[in-house]
This record gives sequence, structure tokens and C-alpha cells, in this order.
Amino acid sequence: MGTLLALEGAVAQGLLYAIMTLGVYITYKLLDFADLTVDGSFALGGCVSAILITVGLDPFTSLLLATLAGMASGVVTGFFNTVFKIPPILAGILTMLALYSVNLRVMLGKANVPLGQQDTIFTIIQEWIPIQTDLLVILIGLVTVVLVIAFMYWFFGTEVGSAIRATGNNSDMIRALGVNTSWMKIIALLFSNGLVALSGALIAQYQQNASVSNGTGTIVVGLASVIIGEVIFGSRFNFIYKLMSVVVGSLIYRIVVALVLQVGLDTQDLKLFTAVFVALALAVPVFKQRIQRLSNRTGKIKEQPPGDNGGQGGAAQ
Amino acid sequence: MIQLNNIYKTFHKGTVNEKKALNGLNLQMNKGDFVTVIGGNGAGKSTMLNVIAGVYYVESGSVILDDKNITKKPDYKRAKYLGRVFQDPMKGTAADLSIEENLALAYRRGKTRSLRWGIHKSEREQYRERLKLLGLGLEDRLKTKVGLLSGGQRQALTLLMATLQKPKLLLLDEHTAALDPKTAAKVLHITEQIIEQDQLTALMITHNMKDALRMGNRLVMMHDGRIIFDVQGEEKKRLTVQDLLEKFQIASGDELANDRMLLG
Ligand SMILES: Nc1ncnc2c1ncn2[C@@H]1O[C@H](COP(=O)(O)OP(=O)(O)OP(=O)(O)O)[C@@H](O)[C@H]1O
Ligand SMILES: [Mg+2]
Repeated sequence: MGTLLALEGAVAQGLLYAIMTLGVYITYKLLDFADLTVDGSFALGGCVSAILITVGLDPFTSLLLATLAGMASGVVTGFFNTVFKIPPILAGILTMLALYSVNLRVMLGKANVPLGQQDTIFTIIQEWIPIQTDLLVILIGLVTVVLVIAFMYWFFGTEVGSAIRATGNNSDMIRALGVNTSWMKIIALLFSNGLVALSGALIAQYQQNASVSNGTGTIVVGLASVIIGEVIFGSRFNFIYKLMSVVVGSLIYRIVVALVLQVGLDTQDLKLFTAVFVALALAVPVFKQRIQRLSNRTGKIKEQPPGDNGGQGGAAQ
Repeated sequence: MIQLNNIYKTFHKGTVNEKKALNGLNLQMNKGDFVTVIGGNGAGKSTMLNVIAGVYYVESGSVILDDKNITKKPDYKRAKYLGRVFQDPMKGTAADLSIEENLALAYRRGKTRSLRWGIHKSEREQYRERLKLLGLGLEDRLKTKVGLLSGGQRQALTLLMATLQKPKLLLLDEHTAALDPKTAAKVLHITEQIIEQDQLTALMITHNMKDALRMGNRLVMMHDGRIIFDVQGEEKKRLTVQDLLEKFQIASGDELANDRMLLG
């Protein structure tokens, strides 16, 4: 019974975190930009939302403002990268570092803001739809994720969206076709971090607590989810399946975490566990190649098509 | 129509690696010119193309296109006027995107990208028609990821993309050098076809002297960052490989023949 409850909670969280993961997918997979801003913008979303709720703003509007704040932080990273020519990883680290101070400022100097006494979107919606909290969160999470995926499907199919995908894939080519790649990067970082902050805000409201250290490791979890989804689904499907696989990846990650905690893993070891888990997941393509090479040794070696890029985050200049 | 005036370009200026790539380069092309460019390794041929395309800014000199000074325009703004095919077949297309997506991106070269859908139904028919001209069977594979195509197919596609919106000037930098001889010949044939059909103005770098002599109405030879020999029309038609070698020796006091030059 305890396990079942834990699983329900894991699914609920998995869906809320999936919004962040979809944001990470934009930068890591589509733009080929390993964006560490995420750790900061996730916390930023939670902090902005929580503080606004405590000063009396309605929780829905607080989500909107949290998203906007996240977008702004993405633009800062984009600015560092495209104008100052700072490499992607470092550009993200700088914003992330700056956000630590910003988040403390946002929370008026407090490292923690509890929301136990306040209404959140979940308590408000529960008044309209009186079902058990985790089920309600699953419902809300599902609706949000579907909306986000629909939006992304549309956006990355537009002229601008296609140009962004091409920027991540071959920036020389798309510049030669007349696209200002700096703008494309900034737009992608803006959307990505907006989603990440929205996710952070929803998680803060769900957990009824915002903390400046909430974001630590978010990017790793995001990458883990993207990679899990890819390993399970493969990369041969079309865009909408890829987005869904990212969501499934997030769910699986949360479920695995819930299970290992049930089995008795100490919460403080969770980050270690995640790091090892991600390292192994990242190594899967290497293992696959090894095995392929071994099995090809006798036969004719098939040339590997330079197709789907393995998401060498940060390779874009 | 395009004019390069007294262009100087030095890489790594002020360091031990300082390299003068362009050294007072002058070139004027007229509308409809098809110029082939030859020259030894490091002569500055690619740099010249990149200066025209705006990939590199120059230290001094000016680039004029149709009476407009574009010396300071960034590459993505010049793209409106220029079609480019690179030496590396990987460089001209986006591997993760499908053939039609690549074409749709190229179809919008130089236009503002909006939030309209990235590819229209009516375009597909047009793409199919153009792809048919290549004779590579790509017209039935619009949804195929470009990464799955061979180097030759990708290069042919890049050529098509570069000319889908008629460019004022087509820039080709040894675009068949990475292909096997048979495929190279095919892509060259397609190149001639497109240039002829669309009456393009083109600048083509090649290491193959025979191709340089056979194709185009004008030939320029580069050495040490400037043009040392420039011939067109009837005079060019009479030129032989032997003549080229002699010209080079006289102008530079050097042997042109090197491993990458195809003499035969
Ligand atoms: N991005 C760069 N950075 C530094 N040096 C460069 C760069 N591009 C070219 N050079 C140098 O400038 C000189 C001219 O190079 P360029 O590529 O224009 O020659 P090329 O005529 O195209 O030669 P090749 O036939 O080998 O392609 C060379 O000495 C080269 O090393
Ligand atoms: Mg060259």
C-alpha cells in the first residue's frame, strides 16, 4: 500500500518535472546546447511563485510571472553566449551562479518560504474538483504536459522553429541561408527556461515550499529523463513521439527514485544515485556501439550514417 | 555586379602564426559571368569566397555588390544575395532534418522567418520537380533524413538548395573535391545544368585544371592572396593545361604542380 501511494506521488511529480524536462530537451537536443542555467531557473520559478503567493497574489498569476522570470534568465545566458561569446556550459554556469543570489533576493533573504498556510493552484482546483490530491496533481500535470507538447509541436514546425532546429544541427548552413543564429539561440533558451521555471513553480506549490537550493541537480535530472526516454523509445520516431518519450523518461526517473527510496536508500544519497544513474545512461550509446562493433567484426562493417546527432551538448559554438 | 577592391585579410595578426591570406586582391565580375578559380594550396581561394560571403571581415578594401557596399554586412544578411556550396558535403545541409525541411529552409533564404508553418503543401510539388532534375531519385524521398544520404546526394541537394531562390551570385568551393570521380562528374554536370538554366553568375573554385578550362567563360589563377592571371572568352577557350602551368611559373616563379592539382 505504501509503495502504491509512493508510486502515485512519483507519477504526479514526474508529470510536473516533465515540463522541465521538455525545456531541457529544447536546449540539449534541438539546440545542442547543454544549458546549466536550468539549476538556477528551476529554483527561480519556485521562489518567484512562492513569494508572490505569500504577498497575496493569486497562485495562477504567480505561475505566469515565474515563467516570465525563467525566460529572462534564459535570455541572459543567450546574451552571454552570443554577444560575449562565452561557451555554452560556462554561460549557463554564470547565470546559474548569479541566480543563486537573485533567488535569495527574491525570497527577501530567506532560504526557505513555506506555503502551508496559503492557497496554491492545487488547493484552489481541489475545491472545484474534489478528488484526492495526487490524482488531482496527475490530472493537472497531464493537461499541462499535453498543452506544452502541443505548443512545442506547433512552434518547432513553424519557420522560426525549423530555423532553431537547423541552428542546433548545422549553424553554418543556416547562417548561409540567412538566419541570425544568435537570435535563434536566444529564443530557444528563452522558451526552455520559461518551461523550467514553470515546472519549478508548480513543484514549489505542490510541495508547499520553495527553497533557493531546490534547483541543485535539476539539469542532471532533466538530462537523465531525456536520455531514459531516448534509450527506451529509440530515436527513430517523429517529433511528437520524441516529446512523449521525454515525458515518459521523466516518469520513469521519478518512479525509479520512489522505488529505491522505498527499498531503503537514504534521501541524502539520492544525488549520488542520480549522478551514477545518468553516467550509466549516457554510456548506453557507447556500449551499444561496442556490441555492434563486436558483432560486425566478421561481416562487412556498415558505415554509421551521420544521422541523428547524439546530442553532444555544448558542441554548438 | 560584384567587385572586390584591394582586399587585405590577415589571420592571427601580430602573432607568430600571422598569415596574410589576401594581399591586395582585386576582382570584378559581370552579370552572367561563370568564373573558375584555380591556385595552389593556401593561395587564398577559400578566403576570397568567405570574404564575399561575409564569414570573414576584411582589414581593408571593400566588397561591392550591385553598387551597394556590403563590406560590413554580416554573413546572414548577405545570404539573401548568395548561394553557397561548401567543400564538405556535411556542411551544406542539416543532417537531422528531412530533405523537404532542408529545402523549405533554403526556399526562405534571405526572407524573414515568421510563425507560419515551416513548409507548405504547394511547395512540395515544386521541390519534387526540382529534385527530379537531379536524376537521383530523391523526389520520392522527401521525408528522408538528409543524414541518411550519400555525400554526392547531399552535395547535389545543397546545390539545389543554394539555387532554389535564384542567387545574385553562386559560390562553389571545391564542391566536388570530397566525392569519388564518378559522383564528382555527375555533380559537376548538374552544376553546369543549373547555372545554364537559371543563367546564374557563379564563382567556382576547383583543383581540377581540366574542369577549370572546360567550364565557365572566365578563369582566374590565384597566388599569395591575389590574382595573378585572369583570362576570358575566346582566349580562355584556346588555353591548355600546359599554358596554365607556364603562366603560373612566370607569375610566381614557383611550380604550380602539387599533389592536389590534377594535371591530366
Ligand atoms: N580561419 C583561418 N584561420 C587561420 N588561418 C587561416 C584561416 N583560413 C585560412 N587561413 C590561412 O590563410 C591562407 C589561405 O587559405 P585558404 O583556405 O584561403 O587557401 P585556399 O586557396 O583555399 O587553399 P586550398 O586549396 O588548400 O583550399 C592559408 O595559409 C591558410 O592557412
Ligand atoms: Mg580552400
